[in-house]
Amino acid sequence: MQIFSCPFCGPRDEREFHYVAEAGKTRPDTTQSISDAEWATYLYAQRNEKGAVREVWMHMTCAELFLMERDSVTMEVLRTQGLREGDQ
Amino acid sequence: MTSFRADYGGLIDRSRELKFSFDGKPYQGFAGDTLASALLANGVRVVGRSFKYHRPRGVWSAWVDEPNAIMAVTLNGRELPNCLATTTMLEDGMQVRSVNAWPSAAFDLKGGLDIFHRWLCAGFYYKTFIWPNWHMFEPAIRKMAGLGSVSTDVIDDYVSDQIHEHCDVLVVGAGAAGLVAARTAAEAGHKVVLADDHHAPGGSLYQVDRVEGRAPQDWIDEQVTALQAAGGRLLCSSTAFGVYDHGLVGLIECGHFATAPRLWRLRCARVVLATGALDRPMTFADNDKPGVMSLFGAAELLARYGVVPGREIALISNHSLFKNAVQQLESAGAKVRVLEASTTALQARGRKVLSGVSVDGQHYQADALLVSAGLTPLVHLWCHAGGKLQWCEQRQTFLPGAPPAQMTAIGAANGTFDLAAALDEARAAGSGQSASRSDAAVQFTPHWPAPNSTGRQWIDFQHDVTLKDIELAARENYVSVEHLKRYTTLGMAADQGKTSNMAGLAAMATIQGVDIPHVGTTAFRPPFVPVPLEAYHGHHTKSHYHPVKRLVLEPQHRAANAALCEYGGWLRPGWYGSGERDAIIQVEAKMARDSAGILDASPLGKIEVMGPDAEDFVNFVYYNSVGNLKPGHIRYGFMLSESGFVFDDGVISRVDQHKFVISCSSSHVDSVRNHLESWRQDGNDPARIFVHDMTQQWATVTVTGPKAREILASLDLGIDLAADAFPHMTFREADYQASSVRVARVSFTGDTSFEVSIRASRAPLLWNTLLAAAAPLGGGPIGIEALSILRTEKGYIMVGKDMDGETMPHDLGFGGPREKKNTAFVGDRSLHGAMANERDRKTLVGLTVADGAPPLPIGAHAISETSSPRSIGYVTSSYQSPNLGRPVALGLIENGHDRIGESIHIRHREQFRSATIAPVCAFDPQGARLNA
Repeated sequence: MQIFSCPFCGPRDEREFHYVAEAGKTRPDTTQSISDAEWATYLYAQRNEKGAVREVWMHMTCAELFLMERDSVTMEVLRTQGLREGDQ
Repeated sequence: MTSFRADYGGLIDRSRELKFSFDGKPYQGFAGDTLASALLANGVRVVGRSFKYHRPRGVWSAWVDEPNAIMAVTLNGRELPNCLATTTMLEDGMQVRSVNAWPSAAFDLKGGLDIFHRWLCAGFYYKTFIWPNWHMFEPAIRKMAGLGSVSTDVIDDYVSDQIHEHCDVLVVGAGAAGLVAARTAAEAGHKVVLADDHHAPGGSLYQVDRVEGRAPQDWIDEQVTALQAAGGRLLCSSTAFGVYDHGLVGLIECGHFATAPRLWRLRCARVVLATGALDRPMTFADNDKPGVMSLFGAAELLARYGVVPGREIALISNHSLFKNAVQQLESAGAKVRVLEASTTALQARGRKVLSGVSVDGQHYQADALLVSAGLTPLVHLWCHAGGKLQWCEQRQTFLPGAPPAQMTAIGAANGTFDLAAALDEARAAGSGQSASRSDAAVQFTPHWPAPNSTGRQWIDFQHDVTLKDIELAARENYVSVEHLKRYTTLGMAADQGKTSNMAGLAAMATIQGVDIPHVGTTAFRPPFVPVPLEAYHGHHTKSHYHPVKRLVLEPQHRAANAALCEYGGWLRPGWYGSGERDAIIQVEAKMARDSAGILDASPLGKIEVMGPDAEDFVNFVYYNSVGNLKPGHIRYGFMLSESGFVFDDGVISRVDQHKFVISCSSSHVDSVRNHLESWRQDGNDPARIFVHDMTQQWATVTVTGPKAREILASLDLGIDLAADAFPHMTFREADYQASSVRVARVSFTGDTSFEVSIRASRAPLLWNTLLAAAAPLGGGPIGIEALSILRTEKGYIMVGKDMDGETMPHDLGFGGPREKKNTAFVGDRSLHGAMANERDRKTLVGLTVADGAPPLPIGAHAISETSSPRSIGYVTSSYQSPNLGRPVALGLIENGHDRIGESIHIRHREQFRSATIAPVCAFDPQGARLNA
């Protein structure tokens, strides 16, 4: 079991968290014309990287969404920060 | 007692005799014995039958690596199958049975199976998949597979304690190296836990006469005392079975027989492995004969339990570490003959049990043959943590190589078999230094299986895998070690190949003409020893696993004799009264239409969305347009996922310009809240929108039916309740007995309905007042079951029931916003993809049956009238309607909207029915009652 650090609550057991999405995905402007392929990419394409990854997670008990950088091979948590802190 | 028990020595208490039975025969052992040591002391040689061929088998070792001695044990009415006799401590009154043998291990009726071994080779059952037919063999194989059978009796109170702890240093194994490492670390000020799977610490130290000039027991006591004085902790009978992420180590601590083990989740900053090494069997003809034993296993049985494995012992090993054992066995009165032999020259002799050994045709009499083909360091935890292994030619084994983070291996686990060198490593590791491995002080001669030699030679004792099976796998090209494992089942038994993996991969290396490291090992995965599933969950099960949510009005419902059932995670009244269930539900549904029904609707979601950007936000998360909703008004709508599928339905009320209340489905409150929070924080400015779940703070009581207005009037709220003054889909705020109430005119029944919400603590007053007003008018409480009939009559859907994971809003008859809404909303683009436009989408329709026919079964499939019928949809809701006097049903049917009036076939198991597709609303389609 892993330990993640909620920027709001501090370190907590992984069972309190839900994965939300890979970071950096932007919703296309759906008031404009969007091709099927572009929309499908938004819905389903995942980078699924090996090594350092940036993801959005939710801490279920406080409902805080945050950015987590972690290593998908070693499971090491590299950094967590609020969605609106610092660089994005 | 018998001549197989030494007169002195060991950790057993000779003053405390324990009685037990094995396969029906009574025996005696001592306190401190294991089942295996007690049986050996009594001269029992055959302790079980092998898995496949029912060959007689004896005890091989003294601890967790034992492949043969597996038993079913009953004590005080508690029975456990598949207990390892070498690790199960003897208790008075135990009834022990061998497994896989009947009537007993010594005389097994299926022993004759052994002559069929030519046809039961590796991959036997895979081959029957191809020819002639697996199903011919399956019943017999399924019956014979497995070892002990599970008792159907549930053991009461078998619940594992769950302990969460952390430490600076965990030392695994309390042998010489572990004791010293733990003591050193504790004395350096670290928080130390020393865990060992034996009852008593000391590892294999009891086999030697002196440790650093002291008697072993004195030396061990001194280390433990010093460890504890420095604040360290010793956990005995505790097996570290797995290493997981972020420094988590799982341990099970075992107590008395048939009591649930304790699970420790220990978070460790650093782990020192002092797990020792296992003895390796030798591969030669008939090496599974009872009486052939591990050299170090036998030495341990003598040292800990005072058991002498035989009177006339033959001994073969590929190293010089046997000398101490010989000396100990001889002083216990045994005669020991040390032989030198290659595996090809060697054969065990004897009919059922060992009577002698042949070496190149020369016979030697022996009642025990002790063998050691080398030592394998226990590197399981090392590999769980991601550590690498490296082959050591000098020691003929795999040793810990590149280390995982924060882990060190010392002593025999590190290939350091020399005691003094191991203690040096332990002191270094205890003080946090990285130890360098010293050169091997002991030489190991390569002593591996010899393929193409004669006789049946066992590699995996527990799964009956022989050298011939490995050769066959190689011939059939299952040469990769992972393929070899699965094809032959090598190492896949309960012992996970502790004794067999090295011999198996060495044999494959020889056959392939490559060296052993080239073949490699299979992956080591937790758990190191079998762990009961019970241990992982402890109390976190049944109602504790997913506790139901409770209504604030539960005492009132209980007093009214409600049948409380779980609906969407809430414990809610299904119906009221103790008569026949279906009859009561019919009465309640009729009462609600004739007079009035009072329903506890408190679980309905009440999520407030506030702030300057609230309007844009709800307009974005809702499928329907919400921007033009006026304060005081309510709208029905859907939330979608980005894939365009219906996620939730419900009503939204606009309180004022910047405040909305979302009334989502009762079972969906948590997921809707998370959905809203995700969009609020990731995609919007969270400082301008606030989401506040008030579901548990507000109770809601619904009054529905033609008398609803009259009943509500009794609350004297000062609201004009006239239909034109307070129309459908609006709400009012008022005061009731000094508490704010919100009265919403919305309906889930199709009749005039008012949902009255009040702070939870005031709910009983509201409930009692409304019931008292309803009674003289013929109204009363209704449960969820009656409500389900009412909403089905009207064709109102229930999310999760009248839809599936691919239902889009236009499938439910709500296509408007899809065509017209011109601002962005969640899921919008998906409603215009190829899938959304398919003509044959399953759409919601009503279903009627012929006069006099019973209701359709819920879940029944509609089937096509083609030569090979397929499902074209299914029945989602179906009830007998007391108000229409006929069954009503809803279903999702392909292209259903265009097929109103068509007759379709319905199939449920072997029952065939027909139904007619109808509009969804069966009751009051003009809505006269709704707006009355």
